[in-house]
Amino acid sequence: MTGKAEQVSHQIVIDNLWKVFGNNPSTALKPENLGKSRAELQSEFGQVVALRNVSFHVEKGETFVVMGLSGSGKSTLVRCLIRLIEATSGHIYVDSEDVTSLDEKALRDFRRTKVSMVFQNFGLLPHRNVMDNACYGLEIKGVSKYERYQKAQTMLDMVGLNGWESSKVSQLSGGMQQRVGLARAMAVEPEILLMDEPFSGLDPLIRRQMRSELAELQKEIRKTMVFITHDLDEAVAVGDRIAIMRDGEIIQMGTPEEIILNPVDDFVSEFTEDVSKDKVLNASSISVTPDLIWTCPSDLNKLKDHVSKVEARYVVFVNESGSYLGILMRDDIEQTGSTEELERKLGESPVSIKYSSNVKPAIARMADSETPIPVVDSDNIVLGVITQTSILTALAK
Amino acid sequence: MSVSDKEMANSRRDTSRRFNYNLKKFYFPSVVILGSIILSLMIHGSGFKFALDFPFDISREIEGSIDVSIDWIVITFGDFFDAISDAIKVVLGKLRDLLLWTPWPIMMSLVFIIGWKIASLKIAIMSVTGLVVLAIVNLWEPTMVTVAIMIVAVFLSIIIGVPVGILAARSDSVDTGIRPVLDTMQTMPSFVYLVPGIMLFGLGNVAAIFATVLYALPPCIRLTNLGIRQVDASVVEAGRSFGSSNMQLLFKIQIPMAIPTIMAGINQTVMMALAMSTIAAMVGAGGLGIEVLRAMGQLREGEAVVAGCAIVILAVIIDRISQGYVEKQAS
Repeated sequence: MTGKAEQVSHQIVIDNLWKVFGNNPSTALKPENLGKSRAELQSEFGQVVALRNVSFHVEKGETFVVMGLSGSGKSTLVRCLIRLIEATSGHIYVDSEDVTSLDEKALRDFRRTKVSMVFQNFGLLPHRNVMDNACYGLEIKGVSKYERYQKAQTMLDMVGLNGWESSKVSQLSGGMQQRVGLARAMAVEPEILLMDEPFSGLDPLIRRQMRSELAELQKEIRKTMVFITHDLDEAVAVGDRIAIMRDGEIIQMGTPEEIILNPVDDFVSEFTEDVSKDKVLNASSISVTPDLIWTCPSDLNKLKDHVSKVEARYVVFVNESGSYLGILMRDDIEQTGSTEELERKLGESPVSIKYSSNVKPAIARMADSETPIPVVDSDNIVLGVITQTSILTALAK
Repeated sequence: MSVSDKEMANSRRDTSRRFNYNLKKFYFPSVVILGSIILSLMIHGSGFKFALDFPFDISREIEGSIDVSIDWIVITFGDFFDAISDAIKVVLGKLRDLLLWTPWPIMMSLVFIIGWKIASLKIAIMSVTGLVVLAIVNLWEPTMVTVAIMIVAVFLSIIIGVPVGILAARSDSVDTGIRPVLDTMQTMPSFVYLVPGIMLFGLGNVAAIFATVLYALPPCIRLTNLGIRQVDASVVEAGRSFGSSNMQLLFKIQIPMAIPTIMAGINQTVMMALAMSTIAAMVGAGGLGIEVLRAMGQLREGEAVVAGCAIVILAVIIDRISQGYVEKQAS
C-alpha cells in the first residue's frame, strides 16, 4: 500500500489512518490493544477511537463515497484529509505529498490550492452577500478583486445563482445556500472537492435535485471528489466507488454494484436492502455463461448434432474472432434447412447489449421474448447472456 | 359520597406523610441555630476576650503596602503619567471647545441625521426632542462637556477593551487570568477608583476619565470575548478549510460576526460611563455631574433633580441610537 510507485498513480492515498480522541490516544495504538473493540477501549482507557486503521486510495477524477451512520467516523475522516482534525497516526498522501507532515504555511497553501470543502451546514459567512461568500477562497489567496469577482461569477452562473449576487445569504433557501457553498468551493479551482454530507440538511426533493445536478456538473468538471453521506441511495447515485464505515473502520469498499450484490455482512445488507437493485445492476453482473457458443461458418448438420448432444436450449453464434453474429433458440435451429436460411435468421435475431449498460432495458426486453440477450464488450466479443432465470436470480439475491 | 370521603382521607394521609418528611429536614438546621445562640450567649456572659475580638489584625500592613506601592508608582512613573495626562487634557479640551463652538441648530441637525441614518426616523425625532429638553432647562453647555468627557472615556475603553477581549477569546489562559480581575473591577465600589486617579493624575478631568475608564471597561472586554467565542464554529471551520491564516480568520470572519455582541458591549460601556459622571465630578470633572453635586451641596433639590434627569435623557439618546444601529445590523 505504501509503495512509492503506487502513491504516484493515485490522487489521494490514505494509509493506515488512526484517530483517537481522549487524553492519551497512544494507549489505543499499543500492539496489545489492537485486538480490542471500540467499546472495550472506551470503557478500559476512556479513549474514543474515531478512525481505526483506515486505508484507501482515490483516483484522479473519481467520486469516492464514504458512507456510514452518524458516529461511524466518516466526518472525522474527511476532516483529517485537510487536517481540520489532526490524525493520531498514519499518513495521507495527496499527489504523493504527505499532508500529515506539512508545516503550517505549507498546509495553508495546500488548503488554498489543492482542496476545497463543502459543508453540511453550509458554513457561509452571514455578514457577506452571495458574491462575497463565493469569493472567500479567492480573497484568502490574495486574488485581485476584479479577477475574483469574474471567477466567482462564472461559478455562480454554473450553479444557477445568476441574479442573486448581492442578496444576503440568510435570505436564501437551504438548497440555494448550498449552491453558494458549492460555488465557493469550486471558485478556487481545486483539484479535489471534499463534500461533507452536502445535501443532508435539505428537503428530500431538493436533495434529489441537487444530487442529479451535481452528477451533471461532475461530468463536466471531472474533479476528484470525496463525498460523505449517510444515505446509500445518494452514495449509489454519485459514487464511482463506495466505502462503508462502521465504528471507525471501513468494513466494505467497492463499486456500488459490488456492495449491493455482495454485502459483506448483515450490517451492510441492511443498508442495501432498500436500494432498488436495477439501479446498480449492469448487464455483465447478471449475465451467465451461454449454453453453447458456435463459431461460424460451419456445417449445419454438425451444429444440429451438437445441439441435441449437449441439450442446448439456445446457441450464440460468433465469427472466428469471437464477435457476435446472432442468437437462435434450439427449435429455430432444428427447423432450419440450409446455411443461407441460418444466415438470414441470424440477421434477424436479437441485438446484443453492452456489458456496462443498465439492466432496465434488458429486463423490459425479456418480458416480451424468451430469447436470451447476449452481452458483449466494447469490441463486440460475447461475454455471456442474460436469461429470464439470471435476471430473477440477481434480483432475488 | 363515600368515594370523595376516601379521596379526602387519602389526600390527608399524603399531606401528613409529606409534612412528616419535611419536619425531619429541619432537625439539623434547628440544632445548629439553637446551639449557636446558646454558645454566643455563653461567650458574652463569660467575657471570653479571645472569642469576642478576632485575635489578629493585619489591615494596617496591607493598607500600608498599597500606599507605599502607589507612592512608588507615582514617583517612578511620574513623567509617564504626566505625559498621558497632558495628552488627554489637550484632546479633551479641543473636543469640548468644538462641541461648545458648534451652534445648537447645527448640533441638533447632526444628531437628527446620525439618528436617522444609523437607527431610524423615530429614534432621530426622539433624540432631537431630548436635546431640546436639555437646552430649554439651560443645561446645554454642561451636557456638551459631559459628552466630550464621555467620548474620550469611551474611546479609551474601546481601544483597551476590544483588543483585550480579542486576546481573551483566543487564549483560554488569558481568559482565566482576566476573569477575576474583571469581577473585581465590577464589584469594587466606584468611589475607590477615584483615589488612584487623583494620585496619578491629580484633581481634574483626567482623573475623572481614568476612573470612568476603569469602571466602564469590563463589559467591553467581556462582550468582545463572548462575541468572538460565540461565532459559529462551523463557519470558522469553513474559513480554516479554505486556508485562512489566523489573522484572516479574525478580521474576515470572527470580528465581523461578533460585531453585534461587541456593539452591545460598547453600549454597556457608554451607559456605565454616564452612570459614573456624577461620581467623577467629585474629582473635578465638569459637565452635568458637577451640576448635580453642586445643587445637592447647596440643598437645591429641584436643580439636582433636573440635572439628574438630564443625565438620564443623554443616556437614553445614546442608548437608543446605538441599539438601533445594532438592530439594523442584525436584521
